[in-house]
Amino acid sequence: MAKVTFIEHGGAEQVVDIPEGWTVMQGAVRNGVEGIEAECGGSCACATCHCYVEEEFLDRLAPPSQTEEEMLDSTASERRPNSRLSCQIKVTSALDGLVVRLPEAQS
Amino acid sequence: MGAAGAPDDGGMVIIGAGQAGLQVAESLRAEGYGGPVTLIGDEPHAPYHRPPLSKAMLCGDADEAQLTIRGPEALERKGIALVTGVAVASVDRAARCVRLVDGRTLGYRGLAFATGSRARPLPVPGAELEGVLALRSLDDARRIAAALEAAGRVVVIGGGFIGLEVAAAARKHGRAVTVLEAADRLLARVAAPPVSEFFATLHAAHGVTLELDAAVTAVEGAGGRVSGVRTADGRMHPADLVVVGVGIIPNTELAQACGLECDRGIVVDACARTSDPLVVAAGDCTARRVGDGLLRLESVQNAVEQGKSAAAALLGKERPFTAAPWFWSDQYDVKLQMVGLSAGHDRVAVRGSVAGQRFSVFYFRGGDLVAIDSVNRAPDHMLGRKLLDKAVAVTPEQAADEGFALATLVR
Repeated sequence: MAKVTFIEHGGAEQVVDIPEGWTVMQGAVRNGVEGIEAECGGSCACATCHCYVEEEFLDRLAPPSQTEEEMLDSTASERRPNSRLSCQIKVTSALDGLVVRLPEAQS
Repeated sequence: MGAAGAPDDGGMVIIGAGQAGLQVAESLRAEGYGGPVTLIGDEPHAPYHRPPLSKAMLCGDADEAQLTIRGPEALERKGIALVTGVAVASVDRAARCVRLVDGRTLGYRGLAFATGSRARPLPVPGAELEGVLALRSLDDARRIAAALEAAGRVVVIGGGFIGLEVAAAARKHGRAVTVLEAADRLLARVAAPPVSEFFATLHAAHGVTLELDAAVTAVEGAGGRVSGVRTADGRMHPADLVVVGVGIIPNTELAQACGLECDRGIVVDACARTSDPLVVAAGDCTARRVGDGLLRLESVQNAVEQGKSAAAALLGKERPFTAAPWFWSDQYDVKLQMVGLSAGHDRVAVRGSVAGQRFSVFYFRGGDLVAIDSVNRAPDHMLGRKLLDKAVAVTPEQAADEGFALATLVR
């Protein structure tokens, strides 16, 4: 289980306990975190679960696949160096305390 | 059961707790509606993502809990009353109420049908044998996942998306797999020939036996259990597990019984409105009027967009769904993404390398771009949505020329 803090574009925070092996997106949508749509259900096919990962956690994540890399070029809000698709971030104990910020728009 | 009260309490009732029904409920809240919202599902689960059932779940990459779209607690926080495991018996539009099979009656101020669809049954003898399964629900996927553990030989009936995704998952489990397709190519209803050919080659390369023009005449078995599938040429295809993926039937019976117009789906306009101003419909159960015809879409995008339109319509607003349809499929390490409708195309242009498993097929009709199918080329797909939604002029020559940056057309 890892605690993940979601900070919405408007500043509202929600802390969610996410089991290891789940994706950050799965933990977010199940708990109704606003600002993550995840239309495709985690297939890396829609780019509507875009998030900005706090810098200190970036190097603890597996690097993006080619598909994620390409889908990140098509996000509704601007892509930044710390942009990731939350459906592609698998939760491990090393990610306990992870903080992600959510973009203004997903679609 | 919380928000659901006596008849005529003025609340919004949504029949069906899948992707479309959930979207109606949440969009009602997003649009500022503060009254009671009741979401009724006949499955025993909170709303879940259906696409991973034939992908991650069968491949062992996700368990059931991970498929949840919204958990019961999250719905409760939004004031959405979720009723699970109870079917609706009837709708009385004159009395503005919905009767559940457990005897409860819910009055409504606005009603949404999001009743989805069910797997089309295989119309041949033996289809009821043990070991013959269809994939539509979470419970179906659970049964197929369990059967894949033990089955040596798998026969998939139907070379559409569900069938091919199941075939890919079964190969991942190391099973011997035969796909029987009645048409002369795979994906005949949904994709154009170049894409069909690509997937035939892909599956053959992964060891799947493909039988095209294969008319299934019977499923055979012993002791009530399946042993194989017989085709019209007399051959027997031995199987321990048969998965049937021959299309879906929209669940329109409730709507028909209460007198709503139905024609291969509950007929709706672009704003998801039915023939009754108090009633909307969204998702797989609908057939949308487009010009003189009806458009049936079976996709997440359709469920989500019509769900948003339906919620707006219940509140007296017009929010038409006009975007180009998009869809995707994952098989092995190939991601197919489709946008637009390629039916009736008169010219194609290929961008990228088919042999390199990284290409897009652009479809033109009368000189206009009408659809793009992308294989492992997500940027073409995402750009294609913009090209089609904005009706940007693209020539086949530009599409086929990788040196030409299509993105410059939408700036």
